[in-house]
Amino acid sequence: MSLILAAESLAEIISSITGCESCSVAIAAVVHVALVGAFFGLPAAVFIWAERKVSARIQDRLGPTRVGGRFGWLQALADGGKLVQKEDLAPEAADKPLFRVAPYVVVIASFAAFMFLPFTDGWSAVSLDVGMFLLFAMLSLEVIGVILAGYASGSKWALFGGMREAAQMVSYEIPMSICALVPIVMAGTLNLNEVIHYQSAGWVNGLPPFLHWNVFNPVAGPAFIVYFVCATASCKRAPFDLAEAESELVAGFLTEYSGMRWSFFFLAEYASMFLVSAVAAILFLGGWDDGFGIVRSLKGSSTNVLDPSVILGNAIGAGILMLKASKLVLLQIWVRWTLPRLRIDQVMTTCLKYLLPMSCALFLAAVIYPMALVLQTGRPQLLPLSAPITKAAVATAIETDVEIAAVDGEVTE
Amino acid sequence: MNIEQLLFALFALATCGGAISVVICQNVVRMAFSLIICLASVSALFFLLSADFVGATQLMVYVGGTIVLLIFGVMLTSSSTLLQIRTSPAEGFLAAGIGVLFLSVFSFTVWSVDWDRNEAKLAGVTAVEGVAPQGYNEASSGNTVRPLAMSFVGLRPDKAGKAPGYLLPFEIVSVHLLVVLVGAAYLARTKRRVSAES
Amino acid sequence: MDAIGLNYVLAIGAVLFVCGVICMTTKRNGIGVLMGVELVLNGANLNFVAFARYSSMGLDGHVISLFVIVLAAAEAAVALAIALNFYNNHLTIDVDRGDELRG
Repeated sequence: MSLILAAESLAEIISSITGCESCSVAIAAVVHVALVGAFFGLPAAVFIWAERKVSARIQDRLGPTRVGGRFGWLQALADGGKLVQKEDLAPEAADKPLFRVAPYVVVIASFAAFMFLPFTDGWSAVSLDVGMFLLFAMLSLEVIGVILAGYASGSKWALFGGMREAAQMVSYEIPMSICALVPIVMAGTLNLNEVIHYQSAGWVNGLPPFLHWNVFNPVAGPAFIVYFVCATASCKRAPFDLAEAESELVAGFLTEYSGMRWSFFFLAEYASMFLVSAVAAILFLGGWDDGFGIVRSLKGSSTNVLDPSVILGNAIGAGILMLKASKLVLLQIWVRWTLPRLRIDQVMTTCLKYLLPMSCALFLAAVIYPMALVLQTGRPQLLPLSAPITKAAVATAIETDVEIAAVDGEVTE
Repeated sequence: MNIEQLLFALFALATCGGAISVVICQNVVRMAFSLIICLASVSALFFLLSADFVGATQLMVYVGGTIVLLIFGVMLTSSSTLLQIRTSPAEGFLAAGIGVLFLSVFSFTVWSVDWDRNEAKLAGVTAVEGVAPQGYNEASSGNTVRPLAMSFVGLRPDKAGKAPGYLLPFEIVSVHLLVVLVGAAYLARTKRRVSAES
Repeated sequence: MDAIGLNYVLAIGAVLFVCGVICMTTKRNGIGVLMGVELVLNGANLNFVAFARYSSMGLDGHVISLFVIVLAAAEAAVALAIALNFYNNHLTIDVDRGDELRG
């Protein structure tokens, strides 16, 4: 990745103002980091408050009502203040450098994955052609922080909790990635922005544009459900939160953590919840596309960033993506306070015996189903959402592939 | 000193520091952590060298997979924390001396080659006018996903079809991985442990 | 764009390789030896990717790197299984204890 790609348009604007190229890249990178940090921290704080309120209402009580008005808006701030002023304690038997580093590893892994989310068309910190792959690679680094936390705490509850947690997270990454590959295969690219472009369309044949979203596709719809279950499990949320449950292992790998270090783990957990929900919204629910073509028509085809209708379209798109991701996070919170917890062997059985074969079958269907439909009806969807591909065009495409293969076979001529 | 060189220096320092720390540490979990830092920095170096897909694979497979496997192995084979397996200082000095000699041999060899002249000679022989398949981003900025994917299916448009693709090695490696992992799982199954008295 | 230069990347690859070899030879913990193997393979990978970037090797360097990464993962799994068996038989992971050929 040429690092210029990471801060391209903003760096050009700044370097046209200041005229110094390398410092403009640095300034643009700092701006991007600050924005991504804001998107990482603020949703986490809001969802901590939301969790307490939603769980309270589900349990027929009120939740925080004192701090910051009638609804306790500033409760997250008060919690943060309390945690900051706590004593920074490490147990005697703990491996102190690793004990201190473990929360930072989890936060870094979760934060780095926010770089690839397209908040609207063109507004992503880094827009790479391996976006989806790298996002899952970053998420898989969280496991290391959990293992380090479990080991470095020097207590057997923490070690067992950490090992179970790591086994669960690592196992659930597999069906999660395979289900995330289903819309990727349909869109033909790992770039998240292009996946959204694939799902955003205008009014075709009188059908509303939201029918193009992957969730309405008969193969990608079940993939959405399986992905969401796996994502909930990989975020260590109930009903898969055995390793954090007080009745089982004290607090699992978090037993010896208190104060600011504990809050880092929870910040990373809520940020991960938001991240996987945003990824689900991008891959399956159309991302920044509203279902009626408003954002598309506002942006038109202009690439001028400072055009007012483009700015309005971008802002609406970003708001829509945050709304969809927030709804999915609320769904996760709702599920947590409704369903009972699974045992660790039930957790692993669900992953390996049920979700993994389902995701493999869905992946196979994702490849076979559009191909079969195109050969039969000329369209890759059941509904008439696109112009039919004629038999002649399919034959020409097959001929071209045969040509390429023939040229490729001629190594010596 | 532009920003690319600064980043390269930073990640090079992290890589070499991590590698040296792996050699020096006596506690195996700290060695594993230093190895994580080293491999993640190597992945960053891959990104700086415009190898996006390889860098992402390094992070996901090596750091997120192989190192987790190593750490699980460490946990499963740990003796009591009182018993430390240490290298004697004499061995340490000998190893350091041999390491420095080895490194100087390498560096001297690398630095004494004139890469540009070799490159000119090779380019005269192997240059092929091919088509670089475009993706969302420009090909020069590290977009290697589509060319790599096509080479794994057997097509090489960047060499105008004059080079065979990597389809056969890809299939062999896939079956190899399956066989090896099944075999490793079988080898590592729970067996009756030799008791301490016998 | 030759901002970095081939020699420097090769030098880092050399450092990784040498550290890996020293790790393999001096560590008594079996898992430590495995870490040395990983370092050696990463040094080689860095070399391949450097040549893919700075010479006419092109895509082949990346493909070889990918194969090395995959094969290293497979080899780490088997080596770990062997280490676990060693631990089960000798009750220690110290490879210096494995100095008898029988049993």
